[in-house]
Amino acid sequence: MRFRAKIVDVACLNHFSRVINTIAKLARTCTLRLTVSKLYFILSDKVANGGVGMWCELNQGNFFDEFQMEGVAAEHNEIYLELMPENLSRALKTAQNAKAVKMKLTNKHCPCLRVAVELPSLSSSSRIVTHDIPVAVIPRRLWSDFREPSVPDFDVSIYLPALKTMKSVVERMRNLSNSIMIEANLSGEMNLKIETDLVCVTTHFKDLGNPSWALEDGCQSSQDRDPESMAEARIDIRKLQQLLAGQQVNPTKALCNIVSKRIVHFILLHEDVSLQYFIPAL
Amino acid sequence: MPLTAQPAGSAEPYVLSASLDNARHLSSLLRAVHFQDHATCFATDNGLRVTVEDAKCIQANAFIQAEIFQEFAVQEQTVTFRINLSVLLDCLTIFGTSSLPGTSTALKMCYRGYGYPLMLFLEEGGVVTVCKINTEEPEDLLDFDFCNTKVVNKIILQSEGLREAFVELDLTSEVVQITMSPDKPYFRLSTFGNAGSAHLDYSKDSDLMEVFHCNQTQTNRYKISLLKPSAKALSLSCKVSIRTDAQGFLSLQYMIRNEDGQICFVEYYCCPDENITE
Repeated sequence: MRFRAKIVDVACLNHFSRVINTIAKLARTCTLRLTVSKLYFILSDKVANGGVGMWCELNQGNFFDEFQMEGVAAEHNEIYLELMPENLSRALKTAQNAKAVKMKLTNKHCPCLRVAVELPSLSSSSRIVTHDIPVAVIPRRLWSDFREPSVPDFDVSIYLPALKTMKSVVERMRNLSNSIMIEANLSGEMNLKIETDLVCVTTHFKDLGNPSWALEDGCQSSQDRDPESMAEARIDIRKLQQLLAGQQVNPTKALCNIVSKRIVHFILLHEDVSLQYFIPAL
Repeated sequence: MPLTAQPAGSAEPYVLSASLDNARHLSSLLRAVHFQDHATCFATDNGLRVTVEDAKCIQANAFIQAEIFQEFAVQEQTVTFRINLSVLLDCLTIFGTSSLPGTSTALKMCYRGYGYPLMLFLEEGGVVTVCKINTEEPEDLLDFDFCNTKVVNKIILQSEGLREAFVELDLTSEVVQITMSPDKPYFRLSTFGNAGSAHLDYSKDSDLMEVFHCNQTQTNRYKISLLKPSAKALSLSCKVSIRTDAQGFLSLQYMIRNEDGQICFVEYYCCPDENITE
């Protein structure tokens, strides 16, 4: 099992750091899956996570100048590691003016992801700051726990409103209530609602647009549904706030799929990163 | 016109109905008095007054005149209700607190009367938020009986002169002592903290001093913890009037100019600390 990678390009480094910062805000511990072409940050929807699931996918070619990976075995050319993304985020903070960042999987005393940041210096030899991030190797027999979640059989799919507005509203609502109701319909309308003994607040978004999903059999799933009818789910407001607070850059596409009373599935797409986040209904 | 044509309540169901193009005109003023969760609101033809009290020693009032509103209609002489001010502020600032130039939140406020919730309709960029906040029985408020005719000493200062002083007040001191006198030191703020005493003097001839009417030397102490919240009102204001009466009650009146240049007032009344030695 080997892994070595290097980022030299400043823009790629900043971009990668931003992605890691976002992941760090969403999960305390998560699984990093390495394949020949991609990196995945995965949080499986165990009860321990409050039922929240996360699947973030990056094309390694868009970030790394060098990338070498040899998995556990030839037919299973992948590596699964458990780590705390906050550690990686902190290591990358020192890399803001770096000439290069190298990553390597090592096992000196215990398995670590070694992040070596080469910083500019006045002398001819570079300064190198090394961070050893403890990781746990996840054995192959557990890999099935980390399969890509399938898109749920949703009732409504809708584009999200401007994340900045959604974030302000959810932040305020968080002061007032622990749970929030998200409802949306196929006419591009979404409402965020909180209701307590003291206060009820509802924010109405319109003209959001509904993405069309082509199903395998070629038909669109939602043709029979009354376009005005709302699909709704009550979720933990902190989880929603974490998702919105973690977004450092506006995604190219942001949408959510609602399975009434069961789960809300968020999809945020950037040019080279896709993030899916599942929040179960309370 | 037959009486039955109108519904039982009257054509206008709201005893208070107000509109504001920029909700910040209201929210920033309310923040200047937000040192307790609860506030009492009084609406009359003149406008809105929001009162917050603590420990029976301090009272703050924010006044937003009817002219500030684009629409302000009150169906009774005084409409009064008690409300959770923290919740009200969270609702008024639902779209965020940063003031981006050109964007503002429009507000419509409606209240049906005793027993009904306060309704807020806020709109920004085509997004509408509706809030329904439960109101409570108004409680008796302190009547400070600060008699405007019995003012012993009065000064009006430009706020920028006082802001830094207030921020730097030694919080290890339990009290702030205010001395006002026709003789030196004229106007002095003193604290007595762990590191020692600190005195800050303002001369009556200072550029910052707009009005100086001190007839008698007075020294009074006030609990710093009670006055600290007034720093917010001070930071928003351009001028502050400081007055004391014969019993040492303190009246601070802050003149605040909003984003549109309109003037509003916030005042704080504070009882002197009972352990005065002088």
